[in-house]
Amino acid sequence: MTVSPDLDRRFREAASSLGLVDLGYDVIDSPVGPLFVGVSTKGLAALSFHQQDDSDLERLASFAGPRVLRSPRAVDQVRRELDEYFARRRRIFDLSLDLRGLAPFTISVLDALGKVPFGETTTYGALAARVGRPRAARAVGTVMNRNRIPIVLPCHRVVGSTGALVGYGGGLDRKVALLELEGVLL
Amino acid sequence: MLTNRARAALITMMHTVAIPPFELFYEEHRAEVMRLLRRRLGRERADDAFQETFLRALQAYARLDHGEHLRAWVLTIARNVAIDVVRRTRSTEEVVEPAGEDGLAAYDDLAPLTDGLPPKERAAVVLRYGYDLSYDQIAHALGSSADAARQATSTGVRRIRTRRIEQ
Repeated sequence: MTVSPDLDRRFREAASSLGLVDLGYDVIDSPVGPLFVGVSTKGLAALSFHQQDDSDLERLASFAGPRVLRSPRAVDQVRRELDEYFARRRRIFDLSLDLRGLAPFTISVLDALGKVPFGETTTYGALAARVGRPRAARAVGTVMNRNRIPIVLPCHRVVGSTGALVGYGGGLDRKVALLELEGVLL
Repeated sequence: MLTNRARAALITMMHTVAIPPFELFYEEHRAEVMRLLRRRLGRERADDAFQETFLRALQAYARLDHGEHLRAWVLTIARNVAIDVVRRTRSTEEVVEPAGEDGLAAYDDLAPLTDGLPPKERAAVVLRYGYDLSYDQIAHALGSSADAARQATSTGVRRIRTRRIEQ
């Protein structure tokens, strides 16, 4: 017995507007491919270039709560701001972030990362110095690699000390595309 | 010898099973819930009842202690919603009380586990694991607070566990 798409949509909308969802998610289109977006009661909690499986949903539930539900309405604001960013109409995101479950060092690095402005780059070493751990460039690289909220927390703006792009969790093509969008690489 | 229900209750007490993300729970059970509701209410009224069922489930989901018996749990919610719909439309359909596999009430069914517990703990354990009541509902039934109901249940469960291990 199938549930009609219309009924399914109405349930998901009602769940979201009644505030019964701990974390709502959806997959949205973007110029760098489909993006998985998860928004909890505290804010944007996850953004990913990769398709999420059951264990990814479990990991989100582990800090946000068990009521994880696909809910297009829950990601409306994020979708809007990302659309504006990709259309070059937005340089700063006006979103609260949910960093629950992350280690204090990770949070301090992500906090410093969030202050790297649109259209500029920094290095792993400079970011490490900014959080008072000048020798921890490699650890900073690990934090970038595991960044739960790329694009909004702009790990694409972090490059090697020689200016080489080094790497990107979403693949180097996407890092190049984002830096081109911001006018860094022309 | 334990009946299946008593054994299932014991297993629940011995292991806490993780609660799956709601999306997975919803995808797994929505078709069966829809089948049940259409059978009881017909196609017309089933849609609203479907939404109501999963909204009620969502409301209670945050307070679940474990992920056991979720299928039985959501089907019970669906039956209750169907009963409410039928009542609202003033039908004369009969409401049947659920009974154990051999017709025993849950109280008797769980007796091999709960015999010898202090009365309040026994009542709390039976209401929690035999009847799947929430701590609020148990508190109401026992005339105590929800915290006291939770405390009595967990003390009772600890006593049962210790006894089973010693046997």
